[in-house]
Amino acid sequence: MRGPVAAAAVVVAVLALIAPLLPAYPLTLLTQVVIVAVLAMSLDLLLGYTGLPSLGHAAYFGAAAYAVGILATERAAGFVTCLIAGLVLATATAAIFGVLAIRAVGTYFLMITLALGMVVWGLAFRWVSMTKGDNGISGVPRPDLPWPGSLWSPLPFFYFVLVAALMAWLVLGVIVRSPFGLTLKGIRESESRMRALGYNVWLHKYLAFVISGFFAGFAGILWAYYNGFVSPVDVQLVTSVETLLMVALGGPGTLAGPALGAAAIVFLKNFVSVYTKRWLLILGAVYIGVILFAPRGVVGAFTRGHRS
Amino acid sequence: MRPAWLDRAAIAERDMTGADGAALRLEGVSRAFGGLRAVDGVSLTVQAGERRALIGPNGAGKTTLFNLIAGAVPVSAGRITLFGRDVTRMAAHRRAALGLARTFQVSNLFPALTVLENCLLAAQGLHPAKLAMHRPLSGYRELHARAHATLAAVGLEGRARVSARHLSHGEQRQLEIALALATRPRLLLLDEPTAGLSPAESAQMAALLGRLDPAMTVLIIEHDMDIALELARAVTVLHYGRVIADGTREAVKADPLVREIYLGA
Repeated sequence: MRGPVAAAAVVVAVLALIAPLLPAYPLTLLTQVVIVAVLAMSLDLLLGYTGLPSLGHAAYFGAAAYAVGILATERAAGFVTCLIAGLVLATATAAIFGVLAIRAVGTYFLMITLALGMVVWGLAFRWVSMTKGDNGISGVPRPDLPWPGSLWSPLPFFYFVLVAALMAWLVLGVIVRSPFGLTLKGIRESESRMRALGYNVWLHKYLAFVISGFFAGFAGILWAYYNGFVSPVDVQLVTSVETLLMVALGGPGTLAGPALGAAAIVFLKNFVSVYTKRWLLILGAVYIGVILFAPRGVVGAFTRGHRS
Repeated sequence: MRPAWLDRAAIAERDMTGADGAALRLEGVSRAFGGLRAVDGVSLTVQAGERRALIGPNGAGKTTLFNLIAGAVPVSAGRITLFGRDVTRMAAHRRAALGLARTFQVSNLFPALTVLENCLLAAQGLHPAKLAMHRPLSGYRELHARAHATLAAVGLEGRARVSARHLSHGEQRQLEIALALATRPRLLLLDEPTAGLSPAESAQMAALLGRLDPAMTVLIIEHDMDIALELARAVTVLHYGRVIADGTREAVKADPLVREIYLGA
């Protein structure tokens, strides 16, 4: 367990040190990577640890982003209000969707979460009076916080996001090492045995689903401030699919792996799309390569023994 | 150290068997799959502390009956009483909380987890700590102690750090038993513990089963007659989902119907 933690600490330290040296565009991309890494880790709790492949994760991410967007522009709400509203809306959405989705297993679970995700996308697109529809909500102001440097400039904002992501990663790390975390792995391995051992499998899956939605919402809040803009693109299916790819690419059930997957996909998307519009084709090829040659993801391929 | 589940006093203390002392009572229990009546009106009483073997040819409905008792499959008709409580419609995990544990005919383990993690999951299944998210599992000394004691009891303590999927078949059968024992059950359902074992491994398994706490009620499905009849004094014979004989092993052995259709003599 010490190895991965030390490696992650080194990565975070290197990021913090090189950030001031980076030109504006790479720094912006790096900020994007760190935010999306939180989203990927939140999904990893479901996919990697509990074995539930959700295809609707953009819903909680987007719900929180919209909450921040609407409150910060129309109500000029402060950071704390936006933070709480975003987390509550994302968690509540997950709590409602979880009731509908958890009964299903395998492909059915995938399809139901996909359909529920589309419901949120539909609302974002059609409920124009609230969400401004296709135009999206622009001009989301970054908060004024007692932070070294204004969050409006890229470098202090990057550090702000890095600290927030680190907190999310630490909390998720504690959860997956707790008795509850082992329970989730047990459910992934054998639900019937878990029932025979006295576990209320539904309850544990549901809790994992809601916690995962909470952290996806946390990422969504950072995203709204990062872009200053919230639109149906944030809640569309492609966002959910990309997140699923990040987890599969990086290595499900490792937390650090999906963060790495997030970096790979964000950079791939931004660099390759400069040269070709068919970057999804390349992403698809990369994905097939991973499934064929490293089915446990990049991190899984380099760690021996069992998946923990 | 004497493992807690071997401790007779501890088990007697929590003993709350029904007024009539029955650990398990089945009344007219049936289960149909389409037109097939896999279990057909089975009535059976297992007294607390009793060791009973459930025998019968392949397809007699033995494993289905276990699934009905454990709550993995709902009954089509009939009534199941566990320690004096009607559990007919109760979910499987709540039956486990009453003190029921089972093993599976085809090993049902957590393959990607280590042997120790497998046992920890079993140990925390009925422990309030299973919902704790705020501190690492390594801090729960009591659960670790129980997991290690159970592994020692089945002879797997040297394999604690190995993934369950890398165990030999014989070791997987031992772990299968360990998972059931780590919950400290009052009623243990053993589904063919020696399935697929070599004669030497079977003998080891028999010795392990012989060491079980005598206060624990055990219902065992076993094809190896030597092992079944050594462990159990009472025998129930199932044939096409019906009970065709029920009594002491001597009486059942002497039963002409049983001899004709099952023992083949």
